[in-house]
Amino acid sequence: MTDRLILGIESSCDETGVGIVRLGPDGSLELLADEVASSVEEHARFGGVVPEVASRAHLEAMTPTMRRALDKAGVELSDVHSIAVTAGPGLAGALLVGVSAAKAFAAALGKPLYGVNHLAGHVAADTLQHGHLPERCLALLVSGGHSQLLLVEGGLASSITEIGSTVDDAAGEAYDKVARLLDLPYPGGPPIDRLAKTGNGCAIAFPRGLTGPRDAKYDFSFSGLKTSVARWVERCEAAGEEVPLADVAASFQEAVADVLTMKALRACKDLRVDTLVISGGVAANSRLSGLAAERCAEAGVELRVPSPRLCTDNGAMIAALGAHLVAAGAKPSPMDLSTTPGLPVNVVQIL
Amino acid sequence: MSDTFAGPVPLTTVLVLALDTATPAVTAGVVELLPDSTTLLAQRVTVNAKAHGELLTPHVQDSLAEAGRTFADVDAIVVGSGPGPFTGLRVGMATAGALGQALNRPVYPVSTLDALALDAATGHPLLVATDARRREVYWAAYDALGRRVDGPHVERPADVVAKLASLGVREAAGEGASIYAEVLGLTIVDVRYPSPVGLVSAASAEVLAQARPAPLTPLYLRRPDAVEPVGRKRVTRA
Ligand SMILES: [Zn+2]
Repeated sequence: MTDRLILGIESSCDETGVGIVRLGPDGSLELLADEVASSVEEHARFGGVVPEVASRAHLEAMTPTMRRALDKAGVELSDVHSIAVTAGPGLAGALLVGVSAAKAFAAALGKPLYGVNHLAGHVAADTLQHGHLPERCLALLVSGGHSQLLLVEGGLASSITEIGSTVDDAAGEAYDKVARLLDLPYPGGPPIDRLAKTGNGCAIAFPRGLTGPRDAKYDFSFSGLKTSVARWVERCEAAGEEVPLADVAASFQEAVADVLTMKALRACKDLRVDTLVISGGVAANSRLSGLAAERCAEAGVELRVPSPRLCTDNGAMIAALGAHLVAAGAKPSPMDLSTTPGLPVNVVQIL
Repeated sequence: MSDTFAGPVPLTTVLVLALDTATPAVTAGVVELLPDSTTLLAQRVTVNAKAHGELLTPHVQDSLAEAGRTFADVDAIVVGSGPGPFTGLRVGMATAGALGQALNRPVYPVSTLDALALDAATGHPLLVATDARRREVYWAAYDALGRRVDGPHVERPADVVAKLASLGVREAAGEGASIYAEVLGLTIVDVRYPSPVGLVSAASAEVLAQARPAPLTPLYLRRPDAVEPVGRKRVTRA
């Protein structure tokens, strides 16, 4: 068996991504191209992703992003072995642009098509950097759209089980809302992270959601935290005091990182898993990765966090997941593949 | 070919793939275009406003198979660029763009309303209206020779009526005209969705001349629904 080129197309939210991965005969993965066009700036003034704006941007960006990826990899579409595309979960209209294009590419080129799960793609991103996953591992996915704790067994092509998720806001959503409260730009993650570095994370004791003895062990809740930050700031203002922005940011960030890492490590211990992968846009947060590193070291758990570029939505992660499926001999998806905005994480591929 | 730089050789017989998803119809067809004729070889049409994403590519594949042709035989692609409901419309545009890129063939966008006007071709002034939802229609008006004289617009049917007299229009085609027949008060021509032949006819001059295609830009005619947050919470005093 020779090298096989796997093309990945991503359009589930506000990033149009095209990635190209080389799958070696030994199952090794090499990233050849990872091109992303983002519409994040168009959403900034709305304080969140506007689905129709995102869908329009995907349509405009699809063929130019594909061209850039092919040029970057130095290959042509005819060299491609298989095409993988995010079929869900995500925004319906946004997913539809990527899936429509992927189906047309597959049909015109006569190549197999794999309609895959975006969340599994986030985990697959890590294998581009750190190689194959062990037989069992836990994955913490944290971004503007998702906050989940997943148990991955027997590789990405075989079994993914959700053991916990957020019951209200995603972690990244909480960052965006708190950023707005503190008059910081959207998306809120990077500016809060920057500001927090100059503040004291222990200054204000914000609540840790769902950490009581009777609460769901692996689920998250960030809505109460956001409300608590808002109340604290309002009280401060009402008293005519200047709001210590850096301390608020640092203490909020500490609460998020504390709960996420505490629950992830609790799951590692309970399920006797010794590898934790953290992926998704929020994985780039310095306090989250720092605290995770400390706590993983204490617990003897290996921590894997892909580089920030691989953590955010991109086509490379979808190409990587496609490569795992091809390597495992998975059957292609049918050409009447449709999008599934609410695709559950245990469905790695739509057949 | 050795004369690549001597300018395009005029094509005599052109195999054109036609797609449209700007109406509830999921339309694909294979059309043979000659300077003096436009012949349908095969088509697949399903009327289901929720199935564009699922069915369009299979319809393209099935049309080609029935025509006894392959993707390699395709010389050009014509796609309806709307106006039409956004989500469905984008399926056709994204599909056509990807097919063009994969096959390295030109993709010509045409107005879906123009294609409908050519399909109807009554020889009289004509209103073409498709369903824009929200109790509105996408519409354009054509003269007796089939040239567009007004539109495309998106409006309530009652507001279109006021403009028809000055345009001398007494006939109407398109699904929107049927839905709002009573309000419009026009003679309905029973052409509801654009056909592959109508789509290719709308681009035939450009296709035959191998003209550089216009950008693949959908005719949305409406802005995205999005409101900027008000009552922005300010903590800092900038
Ligand atoms: Zn994501």
